[in-house]
Amino acid sequence: MIAILDYRAGNLTSVERALRYLGFPCEITDSRKKIEHAERIIFPGVGAAGKSMENLKNLGLDTLLRERLEAGTPVLGICVGLQVLFDYSEENDHTRCLGILPGAVHRFAEDLRSGEGDLLKIPHMGWNEVRFVMQHPVFEGVPKGSAFYFVHSYYPQPADENLVAGITDYGLTFCAAVARANLVAMQFHPEKSGPPGLKILSNFCRWDGTFPGAD
Amino acid sequence: MLSKRIIPCLDVRDGRTTKGIKFKGNIDIGDPVEMGRFYYEEGADEIVFYDITASSDRRPIMLDVVRRVAETIFIPFSVGGGIRSVEDMRDVLLAGAEKVSVNSAAVLNPDVIRQGAEAFGSQCVVLGMDVKKVPSSEKIPSGYEMVINGGRTAMGIDALWWAREAERLGAGEICLNSIDADGTKEGYEIKLTRLISSQVRIPVIASGGAGSPDHLLDVLREGRADAALIASMVHYGTYTIRQIKEFLEDRGIEVRKTW
Repeated sequence: MIAILDYRAGNLTSVERALRYLGFPCEITDSRKKIEHAERIIFPGVGAAGKSMENLKNLGLDTLLRERLEAGTPVLGICVGLQVLFDYSEENDHTRCLGILPGAVHRFAEDLRSGEGDLLKIPHMGWNEVRFVMQHPVFEGVPKGSAFYFVHSYYPQPADENLVAGITDYGLTFCAAVARANLVAMQFHPEKSGPPGLKILSNFCRWDGTFPGAD
Repeated sequence: MLSKRIIPCLDVRDGRTTKGIKFKGNIDIGDPVEMGRFYYEEGADEIVFYDITASSDRRPIMLDVVRRVAETIFIPFSVGGGIRSVEDMRDVLLAGAEKVSVNSAAVLNPDVIRQGAEAFGSQCVVLGMDVKKVPSSEKIPSGYEMVINGGRTAMGIDALWWAREAERLGAGEICLNSIDADGTKEGYEIKLTRLISSQVRIPVIASGGAGSPDHLLDVLREGRADAALIASMVHYGTYTIRQIKEFLEDRGIEVRKTW
């Protein structure tokens, strides 16, 4: 069973629906027992970093997530589920986050501009190409040039470049996916990104949590 | 770079689409779920379902459509039409829509935008605007006025002011429909789209008037729209989404090409 962490974030059901469609049994849950026994964990999220951290702590899911990562359970973070893995986020007046990955989450600059000098819209909403810079089982078989659905005003900046698995351009080049050991996380929404996104989800659901080149 | 989005819009009444003929294959042309799936496979970047069901006691039919759509397509889709309250929004989002569009109800009660954004996040809240060109006046300095009831009721509200106000209240996106251009197939209202899109920071979807790929090119380039809504030009099989995207790509517009 795949546990979808229920930390009262928005849009949990769209991940569930995508997994059901792909034929992988899953459950939205905050039960320690169920999460401990899950083969894999998905840490989704739509919402603000501050509220997400508050809910995670109140439900004891911050500790549990750390434990499962230590234990080697494959974990997939999506959107806010990626952002709160870092040390802190600029959102909600500087939110202290989980600190599982070194680095921070910044807001897109107010004067963010395209190469042609046009002011860019914030949030970054819509389809954008992700260039996968790491050979990783979860991104295997995704056609080159594939675009994914993004909706966010904050972006991650890992302190360790070796974590970067994918990059995207929007006024600047930012880190759109990270991977380390049994953890993989992405800023875009694979559950809303059509066939390439479904490919990533099904890869994750078959992944054993290891990959060549992991430390 | 971020792609310009091409968004087919399906009008749904009592659980059935009101347009849609001349499809190839075995598609039930009246079923919004099948049509949604068809456009998903055709490369739509998003889909809008617009509920024009007249009587409110038939609304559960639409929610059932939304639930079935959510099980079959894995791109964002929004639902509009008859959304009056945060409760209406919640119903649609829980049924599986990514976004919900408020139109008349927001003009009559702007606070519904703020409430929706607070409850579900701005990214879920699309402001639908029906706009009519009028002579510039003290009350309507931009020369574009908000209208409701399909254009029959003028509200005395300046469209540019309203777009900015809605952004301030927490709308995450604007779907901008020109009542003058709607249904003409003679092109989008470029000037209006450019005006609104350059004065707000949230994405603007242009709507009303699409008849050919040229029209999309104009509104995405000159009109600075972030996305373009299309209806009859694809519903009647005149163009495919791929044809439209290839046309745009050849002219330097960034579009999503692989799916």
